[in-house]
Amino acid sequence: MTTYTTVIGLEVHVQLATASKLFSPAPAAALGEPNTRVHPIDLGLPGVLPRPNAAAIALAVRAALALGGDVQRLSRFARKNYFYPDLPKGYQISQYEEPVSRGGAVPLGDGRHCRLERIHIEEDAGKLTHSDLGTLVDLNRAGVPLVEIVTEPDLRTPADAHTMLESLREILRFAGVSDCDMELGSMRCDANISLMPVGSTKFGTKVELKNLNSLKMVQRALEYEERRQAAVLSAGGRILPETRGWNDEAGESRSQRSKESAPDYRYFPDPDLPPLVLDEAFVEAQRRALGELPAPRRERYRSVHGLPAYDADVLTRDRAIGDWFEAVVAEGIDAKTASNWVMSDVLPAQRERKTPLAEFPIAPPRLAELLRLLASKALTQVSARAVFRHMLAHAGSAADAMAALGLLRIADAPTLQPLVDAALQALPEAKAAVLAGKERALDSLKGHVMRACKGRADPAVVDALLRARLDALRGQKG
Amino acid sequence: MTSLWQMSAAAIASAVRAGELSAREMVTSCLDRMQRIDTGLNAILGTRAEAALQAAAAVDAARQGGHPLGPLAGVPVAWKDNLVLAGELATAGSRMLDRFRSPYSATVLERLQRAGAILIGRTNMDEFGMGSSTETSAYGPTRNPFGADLVPGGSSGGSAVAVAADLCPLAVGSDTGGSVRQPAAMCGVTGLKPTYGRVSRYGLIAYASSLDCIGGLARTAEDLALWLDASAGSDPADATSVPTQPAITPHLAARRDLRGLRVGVPWELNGPGLDAEVAAAIQNAVAQLRGLGAEIVECSLPSVAHAVPTYYLLATAEASSNLARYDGVRYGLRRDAISRCDAMMMQSRSAGFGDEVQLRILLGTFALSFGYHDQYYGQATRARALICADFARAFASCELLLSPTSPVPAFPIGSHIDDPLAMYLCDALTVPASLAGLPALSQPCGFTADGRPIGMQWMAPALREDLLLQVAHVFQANTDHHLRRPLP
Repeated sequence: MTTYTTVIGLEVHVQLATASKLFSPAPAAALGEPNTRVHPIDLGLPGVLPRPNAAAIALAVRAALALGGDVQRLSRFARKNYFYPDLPKGYQISQYEEPVSRGGAVPLGDGRHCRLERIHIEEDAGKLTHSDLGTLVDLNRAGVPLVEIVTEPDLRTPADAHTMLESLREILRFAGVSDCDMELGSMRCDANISLMPVGSTKFGTKVELKNLNSLKMVQRALEYEERRQAAVLSAGGRILPETRGWNDEAGESRSQRSKESAPDYRYFPDPDLPPLVLDEAFVEAQRRALGELPAPRRERYRSVHGLPAYDADVLTRDRAIGDWFEAVVAEGIDAKTASNWVMSDVLPAQRERKTPLAEFPIAPPRLAELLRLLASKALTQVSARAVFRHMLAHAGSAADAMAALGLLRIADAPTLQPLVDAALQALPEAKAAVLAGKERALDSLKGHVMRACKGRADPAVVDALLRARLDALRGQKG
Repeated sequence: MTSLWQMSAAAIASAVRAGELSAREMVTSCLDRMQRIDTGLNAILGTRAEAALQAAAAVDAARQGGHPLGPLAGVPVAWKDNLVLAGELATAGSRMLDRFRSPYSATVLERLQRAGAILIGRTNMDEFGMGSSTETSAYGPTRNPFGADLVPGGSSGGSAVAVAADLCPLAVGSDTGGSVRQPAAMCGVTGLKPTYGRVSRYGLIAYASSLDCIGGLARTAEDLALWLDASAGSDPADATSVPTQPAITPHLAARRDLRGLRVGVPWELNGPGLDAEVAAAIQNAVAQLRGLGAEIVECSLPSVAHAVPTYYLLATAEASSNLARYDGVRYGLRRDAISRCDAMMMQSRSAGFGDEVQLRILLGTFALSFGYHDQYYGQATRARALICADFARAFASCELLLSPTSPVPAFPIGSHIDDPLAMYLCDALTVPASLAGLPALSQPCGFTADGRPIGMQWMAPALREDLLLQVAHVFQANTDHHLRRPLP
């Protein structure tokens, strides 16, 4: 039986996190009632012209830099012409022969990379909803800025594809380019897959997979397609160039359309838009805005902060997590302690609340205060967690929480002296035993004091006060 | 005594500012004349009498209140129906947009209003600007006031006739391959196509985006200077607009004659194929120019031989894409097909577009199609670069270029409509400047024996509208072709 090498390439659409659309001032968040987030430009009304959004260009360049792409000093917008009810102008403004970036790569985490062919900027189309009333068109999404990231056919397994997308998502989130949420559609992936006999260098006929709405679906659909193609080829069959749609519930893909007769998009440079010329200063400004990417940050956490690899991975899942961690460390807290608390207390609480870390009720300096109290043994691990929970619910400082929880230590002599005296009076046998030289009897006296103040007394102070009284008694006898 | 409708834009604005004339009176006079005269011309597709009178009243109130008035205060202006104005219809001469009302305004119309102009009515045009005679309009042809059986030229025929018939002193048109200049020539008025990008295209219903220019039509160069100063300037809504240039009006009369001006006469645009009377009128004008001190130099634009096919390939390619939005989904004409959306789109487009528009969409789609793209669209792009280079060379040895505007004077309605190629050749002299994005102006320079106007075309380097208008102004100060009025 022949065994096959799988060849996979991905086309990933990523929505750029801008306030407004690529070519219009309408808001880019495609929320709200249908057709309320539209400008005449998005509707393709007669006479409108596209107005390039500098913020979208900036984010596209940042994405390219984060992925190691060669940002083109001159690129061009082109029209991709086709008729579809969700495409208001009858063409999509995209980039064709002259994309904004060429090359680049996405690390797969084990030293291997998936090379990129290109990154180009384009506008999104609207959305169709099929209902009893017929097909409804919502143009809120029309004109939302996207970059399309096209890989080389470098991936060899469905798991590689999964890893590549995870890595890509991590980098783009870090770069502040996009939230890359596949379920919400801010990251979308089409996959091309073909099989060739092991040892061959000639790629087989590729099939395009669509409707892959999560990382898991990408992997499942590719695994299914890998098996399907292997079965067809092993049986002496031929793979047809086609687009197949993934049905996750059924766990299978179905042919959507043949690619034997590809549509003719009649691309040509958009005459409404001058060439996109990016000067060195603009590109450098984007490079500066990019900041530290996840891989170097992970390395820094290991080497500079001495964190284990696991900690470094968790803390670099998102730029905000690492930033939060570093803000705690900057307060003089030991890195491993800070890491432990961020991983096992802050992140679970944040996940539960479903709010961004920036809105977390405990700010890093407040957590640092709590950890300093813990380090000074003013709090036990257990009471420190109680304080943390209280701070989470009520905001405020650690001291406020301790006061509210009654956890403040009593260390001043005038407050404790009456309790010490009461203990000596209540336990005459113990007092006598100590005076007789039985040191261990001192513990029962201390215990009495502690019970009287619910354990809040500072043991050292209690010890000193007891000894002082007992010494005095010895002196009277002596 | 001069009737109100005979006044130039400059005269109206200065009288309104001085309080000698109310804007309301002026607008009423124009609306009356439109009502009286336009039935025989079909230049105006619709007026906005009420809104215009309100706007005029606002100008008058501002004057009475001592507020400063704009340079076009109280001047009635008609606009080509491919420019949108909020709340008004905009048909582009097409059945497709029969009842389309725009929710927003074109930059140029907003700027004219800011300058005090009163927008009074929409003018007829070839459907989507595709034509050279205003006969392809879905709303019937416009007639030439110099002869009711004659075309006015096109596609801005309605705007040219509005000015020629004294319905208003100033009209806005658009010029993709000569659509302002050629009707100006055929109707005996002055028409300016500015440098590409000098007037924002935002709100101009696109025909061919890389060629479309908004232009002005008036009876005098002075009025066109006022129009351009009010209309031009960079616009963030149009990514192809060019930086704002200095005003022209203050320096319009800088020249008393044409001494020191070198005028290039490219033989390719002044040679065979010209109507004999047109050729004679140009020779006569050249003699007058010499008399005014101009130095006439022979020059050559070798690549303009390819200008007409280059223009029709590029314009139709862009048009095939620009007109794709008229699909019946969101606005405009829709033929409801019971079953499928694509059938609905096809039927709507077949019903909404006229023959010439469908012909050009098909041509353009073909020019961009796989396997032919480079041979047609690609080749035309390269030819365009050659034509641009020709102009650059020519302007190294002269300040302006001169040619007839149209190879023929106005022809009878219906005589060319079944022969697209003959119609396309009417554009041979105007498309070169369009392809190069250069400013050009047409002004009257004579008449045929039977009284049809003849126009000559000036072409200038980019952004030298000041020179075009100064020279046209000197010519008008020394000739009377532009003063002949066809209708009492």
